[in-house]
Amino acid sequence: MSLDREDIDKLCVLARLKITDEEMADVGSKLSDIVELVDELQAVDTASVIPMAHPLDREQRLRPDAVTETDDHERIQKNAPQVEKALYLVPKVIE
Amino acid sequence: MVWEVVIGLEIHTQLATESKIFSGASTRYGAPPNSQACLVDLGYPGVLPVLNEKAVEMAIKFGLATGCEIAQRSVFARKNYFYPDLPKGYQISQYELPIVHGGHLDIVLESGDVKTIGITRAHLEEDAGKSLHEDFDNQSGIDLNRAGTPLLEIVSEPDLRSAAEAGVYMRKVHSLVRYLGISDGNMQEGSFRCDANVSVRQKGEPKLGTRTELKNLNSFRFVEKAIEIEIERQIDVIEDGGKIVQETRLYDSDKNETRSMRGKEEANDYRYFPDPDLLPVVVSDKAIEKLRSDLPELPDAKRSRFESDFGLSSYDAGVLTAQLDTANYFEATVAAAGDAPPKLIANWVQGELAAALNQDNLDITDAKIPAAELALLTDRIQDGTLSGKLAKEVFEAIWDGEDSVDAVIEARGLKQISDSGAIEKLVSDVLEQNPEQVQQFKDGNEKVIGFFVGRVMQASQGKANPKQVNQILREKLNE
Repeated sequence: MSLDREDIDKLCVLARLKITDEEMADVGSKLSDIVELVDELQAVDTASVIPMAHPLDREQRLRPDAVTETDDHERIQKNAPQVEKALYLVPKVIE
Repeated sequence: MVWEVVIGLEIHTQLATESKIFSGASTRYGAPPNSQACLVDLGYPGVLPVLNEKAVEMAIKFGLATGCEIAQRSVFARKNYFYPDLPKGYQISQYELPIVHGGHLDIVLESGDVKTIGITRAHLEEDAGKSLHEDFDNQSGIDLNRAGTPLLEIVSEPDLRSAAEAGVYMRKVHSLVRYLGISDGNMQEGSFRCDANVSVRQKGEPKLGTRTELKNLNSFRFVEKAIEIEIERQIDVIEDGGKIVQETRLYDSDKNETRSMRGKEEANDYRYFPDPDLLPVVVSDKAIEKLRSDLPELPDAKRSRFESDFGLSSYDAGVLTAQLDTANYFEATVAAAGDAPPKLIANWVQGELAAALNQDNLDITDAKIPAAELALLTDRIQDGTLSGKLAKEVFEAIWDGEDSVDAVIEARGLKQISDSGAIEKLVSDVLEQNPEQVQQFKDGNEKVIGFFVGRVMQASQGKANPKQVNQILREKLNE
């Protein structure tokens, strides 16, 4: 399966990406190549294979429920473009 | 046309851990903005989430209490979307392999019938932050303290058939998570929130109708009202020849209407994939069995025990066990009481005490009468010291800050008169003063007995034991 312009436009909206008309042909063919690889994989009979959730054959380690972090917002917020009353400011989000 | 309503609920309950699901930041409510959002919560480059053991245990406890299958291997996935209160651009959740699935919960309907509601799954996920819109011109302020707080999302089967059933189910889940101690269930603080999937179909139609999703219903009452109004809307649309559009709708409690959020939530395509930062979670049978053996007594078991041990009706037992704190208060009172029967105590807990708590807007854990004093009060009713009416006066006095039942009785001279000599004197006086009514009684008018009882009680300022008054009156009148 290859991706058409509409698929790519939708992906761009979902991923917040802007692709120019000039880039479109190149991006489209590269993405289609990836999807075609998936098509090939899907042709394999995997009925008896447990889906792999992670390439490492390990289990998740668990952490005891303890508070180990302290308030560091002043230092962290130096990275933010705009902060007021310890809140990060962003363009208005309307519900 | 007869319509059938089909409802499924998704309940988000905040788990009562000290620290976040993937970091060591505190989950305490009400802290100054961003003081509890660490680098992991903020999704800084190079950080790794590490799963909180308690959150996993709490999810399993819920699964065990609802007969779910506990996944020996479950997987975290990324749910991708952009919103300013979601720092990473994805929420860590579970998709294909949730921690528990395939359970059920019994609810008692208003009719008294028991209905089993299927639990499709419950999965672990992280909460997002909060956006504050009020204080800034054309900007929103973002507080990420809540980002990374552990949530258990409990998804029901579409087994609910009315707004009332949905309300009962939601209350039951709320009761259960409180019993299990896995959530404080505080709705004002957002620890227990609900989305409802609602559709209608013609009775007998096997296929489900198109559903809408009602978002963020944060009180029992709003869930019921929002679903009711949405059912009406859907039926109106279909009966007018229209079609239901699958969409998310927001309930506006001020206007009591649901509104489409269409256009604001673009394509509902989250592109889930397994989170490469987290390995599969493996739970051993031994760990599961340990959690099973540590489960507390649950609401249904407590209800049956209250019926059999205390001789309470199914209704009384249901009311008293709906909230763990109420059940604990009741049991403490019964344990402290001498001769007062549990039924009498049940009446007081559901009557005077519930009314007083309601009036002062207090939780039962903050009741202004300790269980031991309520026990004494009911004992004094049982042994005849207090009439029901005087007992209410004593109750109010203690509620308003006075010391103890016996001190109030003593100080106010409220002791019921059960001395038969004293009552005989009162009765004789009343009979003497009312010869006309005595004659009426002798002529066969039984009803005047009520008149005499009233007069004797008045003369005793309400302190005479009404049962004895009645008895002595009849003796004297029949002499």
